[in-house]
Amino acid sequence: MTNVETVIDVKGLTKSFGDKIVVDDFDLKVPKGSVYGFLGPNGSGKTTTIRMVCGLLTPNAGSGTCLGWDVIEQSEKIKTQVGYMTQKFSLWEDLTIRENLEFVARMYEVENRKNRVDEALEELGLSARSHQLAGTLSGGWKQRLALAACMIHDPELLLLDEPTAGVDPKARREFWDTIHELADRGVTILVSTHYMDEAVQCDYIAYIAYGKKLIDAPSGELVDRVGLYTWRVEGTGLSKLTKELEGAEGVEHVARFGTALHISGIDEGALKTAVSRYFDLPNLNWTARKPGLEEVFIHLMTGTEDNFQ
Amino acid sequence: MSMISFARIQAVLLKEFVQMRRDRMTFAMMVGVPIMQLIMFGFAINSDPRHLPTALIDRDHSTFSRSIIAAVENSTFMDIAYRPTTEDEAESLIREGKVNFIFIIPENFGRDLVRGENPQVLMVADATDPSATSGAANSMKEIVRSGLQRDLSGALSAMADRPPAVDVVLHKRYNPAGITQYNIIPGLLAIIIAMTMTMITAVAITREKERGTMENLLAMPIKPIEMMTGKIAPYVIIGYVQTVIVLLASEFVFNIPIVGSLLLLFGAVSIYIIVNLMIGFLFSSLAETQMQALQMTFFLLLPQILLSGFMFPFLGMPRWAQYVGEALPATHFMRLMRGIMLKGADGVDLLSSFWPLGVIMLIVGTLAMIKYNETLD
Repeated sequence: MTNVETVIDVKGLTKSFGDKIVVDDFDLKVPKGSVYGFLGPNGSGKTTTIRMVCGLLTPNAGSGTCLGWDVIEQSEKIKTQVGYMTQKFSLWEDLTIRENLEFVARMYEVENRKNRVDEALEELGLSARSHQLAGTLSGGWKQRLALAACMIHDPELLLLDEPTAGVDPKARREFWDTIHELADRGVTILVSTHYMDEAVQCDYIAYIAYGKKLIDAPSGELVDRVGLYTWRVEGTGLSKLTKELEGAEGVEHVARFGTALHISGIDEGALKTAVSRYFDLPNLNWTARKPGLEEVFIHLMTGTEDNFQ
Repeated sequence: MSMISFARIQAVLLKEFVQMRRDRMTFAMMVGVPIMQLIMFGFAINSDPRHLPTALIDRDHSTFSRSIIAAVENSTFMDIAYRPTTEDEAESLIREGKVNFIFIIPENFGRDLVRGENPQVLMVADATDPSATSGAANSMKEIVRSGLQRDLSGALSAMADRPPAVDVVLHKRYNPAGITQYNIIPGLLAIIIAMTMTMITAVAITREKERGTMENLLAMPIKPIEMMTGKIAPYVIIGYVQTVIVLLASEFVFNIPIVGSLLLLFGAVSIYIIVNLMIGFLFSSLAETQMQALQMTFFLLLPQILLSGFMFPFLGMPRWAQYVGEALPATHFMRLMRGIMLKGADGVDLLSSFWPLGVIMLIVGTLAMIKYNETLD
């Protein structure tokens, strides 16, 4: 059952709480061994979608399979092969690191439990501190422990809900290295994030807003699909220029990157007309460039302000 | 800096009001508990119980025996609830706790009375709860005398003036010395278990909810029955420890003999512990917070203490309060404990208390499984 090429294949997933529709007619296909990124503002339905996939929430409508099992009828089976890392640290703070791992291992009936836990502690680099209470760990370590816990039963699918929130950049980088190693081993990973530098590392990206998927594509193709144009300008007096360009016809958004501005818009001609008026100003260096993912996300987000209502 | 700011006091005060309004459960408790206490203390509790059920064996069937029976019923202390034909049946009724008294008028009572042979009537009182039966027991001689007053007229009037025409023999059964501890200690075990066992599991699931670990548990492939069994099993052992402590204290500190079978006793304790743990588990599925779960525990504990026959005689309560009491596990367990420890009741006698406890366990267990939410919906 678990040797399927499309690990998550759901259609029309819908979830509402009261009369508020949180996830609306959501389709999702995640190929085996890929890293699939969920990007979107707060309250856009990322967590709710993940929870529906792993059986924590029952969809109001929709159907499909996860690891070949029916997401509505067979969530018991799905749970045995899924590792779910919650947004908030949800291991037991009053248990030690080892006790937490052993508990999770028992829940999944892991064979050779003791060896597996020792192995996990080794990989984590926490063997020496295995008797420390989990509650005393720092944010970065808690996150690594949580990942180790949801990997203890060697799941086929990992669901990571904003795993790097509140974690320092070095730990984030290491975390993503681990993610890629796991993907190379054939584990499928669905990860939600706020960070664009993380989204860029995914094989596929879905942008979610208002509970709807606005776009999804392999990360290499996303930029082309959006059809955005960008000019880059370097130099001095950029603050004044930003104010002038914002709201100009053809300019959709102006974003600052260090000593440069990226000015983007959908209409290539109108954008050029808007920026060309400043070509003659001294101390400025203009170049047309292919927009990066950053510009694309800003573009997508501009249309969808934080939609937590 | 040292000035008291009324704006800040107001800020705290307003915040408390807003939060109180949001927490409906606490608000309901604040209003519900006094109302419940008013009803229970005001209407249900009766420390001078009347109309206690009595088993009557009248082997005489004479005018005189009928007069005595009429006097007994008129006294309002006792109601003739059963008319068993044999003493064995009567004994069984008193062991089961269905009657407080057995009243026996022997054969030829009327004949012996007329002959002036000073016949005896026998009154057996269940003295496990001395306060319940002492009133009736103490007035019995006077009741019999007044009952015969009218019959002993004319030719027999001389007899009425020469008391006592009838000898009332009083047997205080199970607790002849009328020691209060005999009644309290076995009942106390029911209250201890009800309080601690319910409380400890009531916080079991809500604690997971409050700490956010519930989401993790629900994502794991665990079935509700596995969860409940795992959650309550450790506390069964604690319940046994409590039982042993109470029994040891009962035997060696309070000198209350354990007359009946220890095996039966532990059978009853086992069911009762599990019932209370399941109630706690049910509460923790219903409540959102540990605070709410504890409030529910407290809300149930009040009637378990007041309406179960622990503090006040069960059969002395009004009928509606007895019905409420019958639905409480503590009531049945208390009967089992008093039956086994003091009366040496056997399995057959106790069946009438065992099966309600079993039914309560089934209902609570089923409800707990239904109400346990396997998802975050």
